[in-house]
Amino acid sequence: MRYPAPRCLDAGEAALVVEFGDSVDPAINAGVLALDAALRAAPLVGIVETVPTYRSLMIHYDPLALGRAALVAHIEAMETRGVAERPPRVRWIIPCCYDPPHGEDLAAAGESLSLSPERVAALHAGGDYRAYMYGFAPGWCYLGGLPPALAVPRRAAPRAPTPKGAVLIGGGLSLIGADPMPTGWYVVGRTPERLIALERDPPFFVNVGDALRFEPVDDARFRALAERSAGGEIVARREMLDARP
Amino acid sequence: MSTQTSGRLLVRAAGPGVTIQDAGRCGSLRFGVTPAGPMDERAFIAANQAVGAPRGAAAIEVSLGGVELVTSGETIGLAIAGGDFDIRLDGARLPCACALPLEPGASLTIRAGRSGSWCYVAVAGRIDLPPALGSLATHTRSGMGGLEGRGLRAGDALPLAGLAPPRGPLAIDAPWLAASGAPIRVLLGPQADYFTHEAIDEFLSARWRLSPRSDRMAYRLEGPRLSHAKGHDIVSDGVALGAIQVPGDGAPLVLMADRQPTGGYPKIANVIGADIGRLAQTRPGEEISFVAVSIEEAVAARRALAEAIAAGVRLRPQGGELSTELLLSANLIGGVADAYGSLEPE
Repeated sequence: MRYPAPRCLDAGEAALVVEFGDSVDPAINAGVLALDAALRAAPLVGIVETVPTYRSLMIHYDPLALGRAALVAHIEAMETRGVAERPPRVRWIIPCCYDPPHGEDLAAAGESLSLSPERVAALHAGGDYRAYMYGFAPGWCYLGGLPPALAVPRRAAPRAPTPKGAVLIGGGLSLIGADPMPTGWYVVGRTPERLIALERDPPFFVNVGDALRFEPVDDARFRALAERSAGGEIVARREMLDARP
Repeated sequence: MSTQTSGRLLVRAAGPGVTIQDAGRCGSLRFGVTPAGPMDERAFIAANQAVGAPRGAAAIEVSLGGVELVTSGETIGLAIAGGDFDIRLDGARLPCACALPLEPGASLTIRAGRSGSWCYVAVAGRIDLPPALGSLATHTRSGMGGLEGRGLRAGDALPLAGLAPPRGPLAIDAPWLAASGAPIRVLLGPQADYFTHEAIDEFLSARWRLSPRSDRMAYRLEGPRLSHAKGHDIVSDGVALGAIQVPGDGAPLVLMADRQPTGGYPKIANVIGADIGRLAQTRPGEEISFVAVSIEEAVAARRALAEAIAAGVRLRPQGGELSTELLLSANLIGGVADAYGSLEPE
């Protein structure tokens, strides 16, 4: 549920949580992203860094430079004026190989969902996604927009560390991994793209709020793209969605 | 005197958990990047002040595992501050907060002493390594920063540049590092409403013990189990330094420098900024208690600490009486250079 007005909660004296609702919901997330964009477009002195998540924006600030009351008043004024919510302007087409050996857990996820492994892959590749937040580890990006038929609960016990660039599903969401980590999610495929590459400029390119789609590639194509990606190239394709007259 | 301004600090031995840290990695929290940075920022800044380095300059964070450092070539100015560690230069005991010259052939050993979990070795000059995302802070879990993204080990050689003249041996006076057994101050929230009133009372009245399973990411607390009123699954949200998170098993943990920037458990309270360093210096097995304060008190404490730190450390002859002539503020480089003119660069 989206709250009628955002709630401001203290996470210590140097971070404020601006909470827009209590669930993972595109409308709630849109509020988070709109406030984040507005604060980044016109930074307030004393704001150190903002971290958008599914349903709230964490604002790290220096309370010796910016008092809580002034920060809250600024946010409330922005909300009252109506912070513009706008659809994503960028869509990334992320190559993903669902074939063996990459879609390691397609069968396990399919069993839990009563779907064939091929159907799980096809449904996942047909989804329209939006980057909701990063978390868990550097470059791990959580995506909304997973087809409801793929809403598999997370595993009770974590699986072995994921392959690099794992594409996962779990808890009604999709997730693109970076470096290997153990996880309770299911690996449905693997992307040759690197959402974090420290030697590349920029190290990150998918911003929270961007739209994403997956483009199935076979293993040969996966390998070719992985080589280019390792060389510092961004292999995802960018589509501009901003069709202003 | 040599005009060479580069050198190397050699690691002869290092226990686990000795890393290079600077003020931390900011600007990439939104991409899931851990900030890292010093566990006790108060001590980290004091060490940098004592060598005349910028307050956020990269330094070596020494764990209870200890470290032994030597140099070859140039004499290197170092300063150490943090817990009450056992510090020896060629076997001779130095005060636990001190500035010293490390000469070629001499050996500096730092071992766990009477109290405290971390100390910092700052360099009069800079550690000349490539930054990752603008920072030298080491985050070993993601292999980022410092030396190859890992902890230091025997055989490592840290390249140094911009070496400034050494000082000392001198003792460092940094009043804000004085140990205190006072309860750790917290601000309740942001999810205190996920807990029963009894659980909040219990959290604030219990004597907690720091678990040996604590590390730079989280300080685990042993004590009563806290009951959730609304379950333990929240939609993941941002995590601030010092967040006290309570997972399903009811055992709280305080998220420290190596925390993930977002997380999915209810946070009953947040340690205030002024007390994070003091909490960090707690040793596994030691007792901790918490007291709730208002945000006004938290900001006032933060301001008081910031002002004390801004006044700078003072250096004095080790073991000597505090003499007015030698009462030097180390962040006033000019003053130090005047008093120790013989150590000025050629």
